[in-house]
Amino acid sequence: MDWLFLLIQTLNGVQYGLLLFLIASGLSIVFGIMGVINLAHGSFYMIGAYLAFTLTELTGSLLYAILLGIPMTMVLGFVVERLFIIHLYHRDHLQQVLLTFGLILIFNELQQIIWGGDPNSVPMPTMLTGAIPLSDTLSYPVYRLFLSGVCLVLAGAMYVVIQHTRLGMRIRAGASNRAMIEALGINIRLLYSIVFAIGVALAGTAGMLAAPVETVYPGMGEQILIVSFVVVVIGGIGSIRGAFIGALAIGLADVYGQVFLPDLASVAVYGVMAGVLLWRPTGLFGRGA
Amino acid sequence: MTVVPPKNVLLALVIFVIALAFVPLSADKYWVKLVTRMFVLGIFAMSLDFIVGYTGLVSFGHAAFFGLAAYVLHLVSREDEAVNLLWALPICLLASGLAAAVIGALSVRTRGIYFIMVTLAFAQMLFYFFHDSDIAGGSDGAFIYIKPVIEIGNVPILDLDERGALYFFSLVSLVALYAFLVMILRSPFGQVVQGIKVNEHRMRALGYNTYYYKLVSFIIAGVLGGYAGFLFACIDGFVPPELLGWRESGLALVMVILGGVGTLFGPVLGAMALLGVEELFRERHIFGPLTAHWQILLGTFVIVVVLFMSNGIGGQLLRFSRDQKAGER
Repeated sequence: MDWLFLLIQTLNGVQYGLLLFLIASGLSIVFGIMGVINLAHGSFYMIGAYLAFTLTELTGSLLYAILLGIPMTMVLGFVVERLFIIHLYHRDHLQQVLLTFGLILIFNELQQIIWGGDPNSVPMPTMLTGAIPLSDTLSYPVYRLFLSGVCLVLAGAMYVVIQHTRLGMRIRAGASNRAMIEALGINIRLLYSIVFAIGVALAGTAGMLAAPVETVYPGMGEQILIVSFVVVVIGGIGSIRGAFIGALAIGLADVYGQVFLPDLASVAVYGVMAGVLLWRPTGLFGRGA
Repeated sequence: MTVVPPKNVLLALVIFVIALAFVPLSADKYWVKLVTRMFVLGIFAMSLDFIVGYTGLVSFGHAAFFGLAAYVLHLVSREDEAVNLLWALPICLLASGLAAAVIGALSVRTRGIYFIMVTLAFAQMLFYFFHDSDIAGGSDGAFIYIKPVIEIGNVPILDLDERGALYFFSLVSLVALYAFLVMILRSPFGQVVQGIKVNEHRMRALGYNTYYYKLVSFIIAGVLGGYAGFLFACIDGFVPPELLGWRESGLALVMVILGGVGTLFGPVLGAMALLGVEELFRERHIFGPLTAHWQILLGTFVIVVVLFMSNGIGGQLLRFSRDQKAGER
């Protein structure tokens, strides 16, 4: 096992971690700001991947599919917030969990009706199909680097929006005192809808970006949801920075686990979570729930 | 929170149980099996209500203990000979209890939303363990060819392969475990646990080690969840990994809320109602082509229950009984 192999595995781990970050940050923002736990978040990842599949077939390129898909997922998020999530703000966690659980059942069945049960694959954009040779036998696919780059850009953009724009200021204010920001004349209803739509779009975008790397299959939403939960638990709920560090830690733990401890690969991620919980029960950057 | 329901509700429940005892005499096999499943999932939902409704721990991983016991029964069963329930059942309960002790020791340290996510994550860990490894059939599931029997000496007393025997064994278990949980909740231990749900800080100020109390109640719920899993494995003799999955945990929570959180008898009614509704959604005469996609109906039903019926069946019964009393005065 030489260092090139290790480099490739590390790049894979970072790429998976960055993808997880997109999903977990959406989950974390929605909880941190609106106080809603959204189990259906994984379904939006799945919907994103299937949208990429259909739109790529229609438009001929994944890039167009993503450009078309992002506004579509935002609209979906807006509608779901107005129809369902809006009823959850004053209810307890149990009811939030169950309502969004009901949404998963509906989304899964709709997926079966629209796209059927077969796994699908999405072709990479032609200009990104190449691979960078690292040695005579090993190379690294350009698309994975592109994926990591896009995730990093989105993470940076999210940081700028939340810390340095008026919308971000309002979002942060809404997270700390809802009644006050309402009294100051800001439409908190609309703000919540926008935040939820952004969260959905993040999950959907992650799904679209991941579509060429992973197979597009019916249960993909739940699998990623659980891992995102682990990320959020490790990072601390409501903390974007925590989600970033947690996601990278889980991405690397998962990939290294598969390489070094193949028998325990599926358990490695949860081992990391158990360790963090023993040390800090509210996550690395958590303020407590 | 109601530990012992008022007399008129209790009387109604007793009459209901007695009526249920006559089902195997008249109904056909399909219904006997369905009602058996209702009893077993009733035990499962009741054990979940014990921690959700009385200790205040919303667990989204309760199926872990349910499925684990089912898998352990498969592992101790043999293909040519029935195992004796008198030792097979305790082993299954022990496995669930140990798993609950380990998962609980870690997750009880967290609270609120973290607890929900951590229990779900650990349950999924068990799911992937049985799904991906080949110790018990992997993703295809495992079979139990011969169901457990009770034998004392060499005299068979009860054979769970017989539909009627399993039906009554489940019904008696349900009633006995209900009584057991009521007893625990009325004991000093149960009083402390209920105090923790209302105000944990105050209980700690009173000098109680609340971590220990929460952990023990988590283990009790896990063991009883395992009891339900043991019985469930005996119904079909088939143990798919999905028994451990998040869907099962979620449906158990739906049963609890549909039946009424913190009523103990309510979630049993909730389990019966949910299974009944599932049967209904699969009825082709009523829902036509939608039956092929009955999960949409189920999801809609879950959302409607959460939004409009948060008192649950048990809560409505209790309110009805209270209103009647108020009317008499």
